[in-house]
Amino acid sequence: MIGELDPRAPAGPLDEKWTNHKFNMKLVNPNNKRRFTVIVVGSGLAGASAAASLGELGYNVELFTFHDTPRRAHSIAAQGGINAAKNYQNDGDSVQRLFYDTIKGGDYRSREANVFRLAEVSVNIIDQAVAQGVPLAREYGGLLDNRSFGGAQVSRTFYARGQTGQQLLLGAYSALMRQVHLGKVNMHVRSEMLDLVVADGRAAGIVVRDLITGDITAHSGHAVVLATGGYGNVYFLSTNAMMSNVTAAWRAHRRGALFANPCYTQIHPTCIPASDDFQSKLTLMSESLRNDGRIWVPKNPDDTRPPDQIPEQDRDYYLERKYPAFGNLVPRDVASRNAKTVVDQGRGVGPLKNGVYLDFADAIARDGRAAIEDRYDNLLQMYERITGEDPFKMPMRIYPAIHYTMGGLWVDYNLMSNVPGLYVMGEANFSDHGANRLGASALMQGLADGYFVLPYTIGDYLAGQLGKQPVPNDAPEFKSALANVADQTKQWLSVKGTKSVDHYHRELGKIMWEYVGMARNKVGLEKAMSEIAALHGEFRKNVRVLGSAETLNQSLEKVGRVDDFFQLGHLLARDALEREESCGGHFREEHQTEEGEAARDDDQFAHVAAWEWTGEETPEIRHREELAFENVKLAQRSYK
Amino acid sequence: MSKHLNLTLKVWRQDGRDQAGRFETYPIGISEDASFLEMLDVVNEHLIADGKEPITFESDCREGICGTCGFIINGIPHGKEKGTATCQLHMRKFSDGEHITIEPFRAASFPVIRDLAVDRSALDRIIEAGGYITVNSGAAPDANLIPVPKETADAAMDAAACIGCGACVAACPNSAAQLFTSAKVEHLNLLPQGQAERWSRVENMVETMEMYFGSCTNHGECHEACPKEISLDFIAYLNRDFMKSKIKNRKLAGQR
Amino acid sequence: MSQTMTRSQPGGAAPIRKSPRRLPFPLNIYQTAVGKKWVMAITGIGIIGFVLAHMIGNLHLYEGPRQVNEYGEALRDLGGHLAPRTLVLWVMRLGLIGMFILHIHSAYGLTRMNMAANAGAKHEEKRDYVAANFASRTMRWTGVIIGLFVVFHLADLTWGKTHPGTYVRGNVYYNAANSLQTWPIALIYIFANIALAFHIYHGAWSMFQSLGINNPKYNQLRRMFATGLAGLILVGNLSFPIMALSGVIDKDNVAPNATVEVDR
Ligand SMILES: Cc1cc2nc3c(=O)[nH]c(=O)nc-3n(C[C@H](O)[C@H](O)[C@H](O)COP(=O)(O)OP(=O)(O)OC[C@H]3O[C@@H](n4cnc5c(N)ncnc54)[C@H](O)[C@@H]3O)c2cc1C
Ligand code: HEM
Ligand code: HEM
Ligand code: SF4
Ligand code: F3S
Ligand code: FES
Repeated sequence: MIGELDPRAPAGPLDEKWTNHKFNMKLVNPNNKRRFTVIVVGSGLAGASAAASLGELGYNVELFTFHDTPRRAHSIAAQGGINAAKNYQNDGDSVQRLFYDTIKGGDYRSREANVFRLAEVSVNIIDQAVAQGVPLAREYGGLLDNRSFGGAQVSRTFYARGQTGQQLLLGAYSALMRQVHLGKVNMHVRSEMLDLVVADGRAAGIVVRDLITGDITAHSGHAVVLATGGYGNVYFLSTNAMMSNVTAAWRAHRRGALFANPCYTQIHPTCIPASDDFQSKLTLMSESLRNDGRIWVPKNPDDTRPPDQIPEQDRDYYLERKYPAFGNLVPRDVASRNAKTVVDQGRGVGPLKNGVYLDFADAIARDGRAAIEDRYDNLLQMYERITGEDPFKMPMRIYPAIHYTMGGLWVDYNLMSNVPGLYVMGEANFSDHGANRLGASALMQGLADGYFVLPYTIGDYLAGQLGKQPVPNDAPEFKSALANVADQTKQWLSVKGTKSVDHYHRELGKIMWEYVGMARNKVGLEKAMSEIAALHGEFRKNVRVLGSAETLNQSLEKVGRVDDFFQLGHLLARDALEREESCGGHFREEHQTEEGEAARDDDQFAHVAAWEWTGEETPEIRHREELAFENVKLAQRSYK
Repeated sequence: MSKHLNLTLKVWRQDGRDQAGRFETYPIGISEDASFLEMLDVVNEHLIADGKEPITFESDCREGICGTCGFIINGIPHGKEKGTATCQLHMRKFSDGEHITIEPFRAASFPVIRDLAVDRSALDRIIEAGGYITVNSGAAPDANLIPVPKETADAAMDAAACIGCGACVAACPNSAAQLFTSAKVEHLNLLPQGQAERWSRVENMVETMEMYFGSCTNHGECHEACPKEISLDFIAYLNRDFMKSKIKNRKLAGQR
Repeated sequence: MSQTMTRSQPGGAAPIRKSPRRLPFPLNIYQTAVGKKWVMAITGIGIIGFVLAHMIGNLHLYEGPRQVNEYGEALRDLGGHLAPRTLVLWVMRLGLIGMFILHIHSAYGLTRMNMAANAGAKHEEKRDYVAANFASRTMRWTGVIIGLFVVFHLADLTWGKTHPGTYVRGNVYYNAANSLQTWPIALIYIFANIALAFHIYHGAWSMFQSLGINNPKYNQLRRMFATGLAGLILVGNLSFPIMALSGVIDKDNVAPNATVEVDR
């Protein structure tokens, strides 16, 4: 059914593609816009910005979120900042450079046209945010301040203290609430999308469950937009918010939308290690700490001395040793893998020997405690609050954790999936980050999609729908979808097993982290696939969900999400298995340079892997979108 | 190395919005390294194992930024630690053998949905009434066109730090939402970008607030409970702006 | 197409009061809680002003009968020959009465509103206060106490209802001493003025917030001001009954029937 995957990227020179495309796309005239209903699922940066922008244009928007208010979306947690090629610092930044850095950072696994467009509109995002009243950091002259982030050569990152995501989301949320006030956006909170309805080949609507009453309702529209976030929680422990999940995307996948590059997951090197089995999530410590902290472990695995009593000669500053040029500032994936190596060697530190030291002693000796304090104060407090250890007395303990997922539903240049009328934005799509995302680029992408890309491209599709009524929500397709969801819900309550949902989620996470985590290999991945399948089987037979379906029932919410995680986890491992190369966040031990660097295979794998669902019992089909690089030349990364 | 605590929890259980609630008591042993919510996770695991329904409580980021979590711990919203959201509380702040009472945020406009989960959507009604700056996507001028004094930007950021958790309402003896509303209004009213709608914004948001919440008599409890320690000064600024909005000549309102 | 709306969302809280029909300016201000609070602050200031002046005026009691009575006369003569006798005083009285009425009415309005705001949402466990102090939590009660006191006070010293037999119109000193030297009455004065001090202790700080007078530079002064003012009025007003009981202010210092001599 699915032929060659066509990215529908416009022809012409790179820097004119978007401009020309905007001109060539069909428009919907203002009076006709009100004849269209667009369903938006998700109220994070991507969803809120899109819903607001569509409302402003005059479309009727039905917005769904399982949160109690849009402002809770996981985007709120983003700390570091947002990139934009403003070049306010006059340090040689440009759209061209941001484009290049993003392609290179993504290890040459992303679509040139998309990435260039992203860099192009990045500048408008900052203008938009500031006009909305987002209090981005400023210099004494009253102009915007920037910082360099994630080892970038230029200072192009805008930030609002340690709360950039929060402030940008509040901006988008305020624009959204304005449209709600004007009646252009109809907001459905605490409503979880549980199925996508496809009628005569097009996305026709969704089925949602009201989390408070348990009512299951069908909603139809001319187009459906998913902005439902990433799937990092398939690892159970991640820096993602507790409720982040893949359900919306996965149910769409089961209805025909292709899932691209699930194995592209990003690990963040500086998180606080788990302290015990009850650990529910991991907390991220800003990367900036690596600017002053030195990372080390004891040379001797069974060195039990407290850190301050371990003399220099018994310490191994392994990053500085292996990468003299970059030292502690090597990219996220390199730093992470090396931490794993030393911990696997049994040289990990802390009660569970599951971390490495990040030591400020030298920095304090050099710049004085005061300087370090005002540079990182809130972070160091957060650390002390969580661990009960004072980073000024004792080096911090850090360890990598799953942080972001580059993979997601496949979309073309217009952000439309292979299912006509189904659009996917933000972290939920497979996006513009290739195999690895640069710091501060996710906020940029989510808002670019929502404010400046989708509002144009969706018109091109809707123009073709003019005059057509949306499929009524009592059409057979809707009826059967409703019935399915209702049955599933009852099904879970009737299992009456012995173990909690969280138990299985945690076990799944352990498998994922062990075999499909930072470093992967054939044997491990095959093991993972069989273990996941087995555990999934047991889960469906033995999970215990108490209570009823007619009330707020958190176990019932979770059980469906975890069931989807099982299926995704399996596909993730399979994707990792079939991608016989290392690139960005995907590291196959079989494929590395003698320096232990990721070794790409551009001849075999310079393509997007997009998976097609074929049913519970049958394996998924792997489709490809070939990536053509006309404007950059592929190079091997090296941080020696 | 990490201490183990034996505690007695007295938790509010309520099956549905209009049902009667009750306290139930659960003993729990937990490591002092656990966070407060992780402790409740463990309690829930035990409950499920015994075939009892787990305690419903809300949380998401567990980093003190999303504002989803929050209930009253020993009589104080988010517990007695200053400037800390419930999800950032750690058990090492409690002592062995302690009795801990947990009940949901209380206010007429925060109906209990179930157990410790309340409905705070009334706060969204306030934002809807004017908590925005009217600027359509794409209509914005260059970000550096209007310089904003650093002090002003910082003050606006102090207000904008509000996470919308509603603890201020729960803490206020009058169930007033003055601290939340003042933070939201002043964040925008302080900035040059917010001036055009300054007076209508404060008028509409305050009047919507008063449809759902009590009036502020300056008790100051809200500030104590606020996980972001939003300052009471904003309440004064709110009152000032509101009275001005009533007497302003809107034609000349641009001039302060 | 859309079944559920946010507003009709199950659970979505219903307003505790509907926005009233807008009255014309300036009444619309008084329709809002912030406006009421503002009125309360303004009238509060006015009443504080009176209480302070009144307290100072009463210090004449220490100078002796003649001076007090002259002071009483002076009050009635305010405006000298320009205005009819006691006119100015009456204007002031009316203003004072007006302020009391407004103050009490707004207090009543806000109290109603706040009760609605936490109706059915009582804390099951005793709640713990961090910032709210005794004074702030008892404003309603101290207020009421003051209100009742004023009525009693007028009956006592202005209308002479407490000593029908011995009350002498115009002999302010005698009447005051006469009352304050009887224990029960003195105790009422003492109790009421303690309540008043508490009321002012919170009120005189709170009013700055209500009026939006706030500047981080001077904010700590607001607290000092309120404390000082409450203390001053407390000391001043308590001194009268106490001194009367201890005989410093003594009704025997003046003959009851002594016609008040004032040279004009
Ligand atoms: C700790 C942390 C720090 C980060 N820091 C940065 C940073 O500094 N810079 C940066 O650029 N990026 C950062 N990121 C990444 C970035 O925050 C996210 O990638 C981005 O916010 C994702 O936004 P989104 O709108 O795509 O999805 P989300 O913000 O995750 O929103 C998802 C929305 O979809 C809704 N939803 C999901 N499923 C359903 C369903 N089935 N039914 C109904 N609604 C549903 C949810 O309610 C939510 O509203 C960080 C991430 C983390 C975890
Ligand atoms: C006559 C009976 C009185 C009643 C019923 C009354 C009641 C109240 C109430 C309920 C409040 C609001 C509580 C608060 O804002 O914290 C208040 C505030 C106040 N009262 Fe009174 N009061 C009375 C008399 C007085 C008197 C005699 C004074 C002055 C000496 C006074 C001065 C104030 C002040 C300054 C405030 C603060 C206003 C504000 O916070 O904006 N009141 N009063
Ligand atoms: C111990 C303290 C007080 C003393 C000794 C005192 C004494 C007096 C005296 C002697 C008079 C004059 C009576 C007359 O007209 O002949 C008077 C009048 C009055 N007092 Fe007081 N008073 C005290 C406290 C207060 C307080 C706290 C209030 C109000 C909050 C108050 C309100 C009034 C009023 C309203 C009048 C009437 C004024 C008028 O007639 O115009 N007094 N008081
Ligand atoms: S003001 Fe403070 S307490 Fe109130 S909602 Fe905002 S963050 Fe929560
Ligand atoms: S506690 Fe309540 S009374 Fe005002 S100062 Fe805070 S809102
Ligand atoms: S869970 Fe997000 S603030 Fe507590």
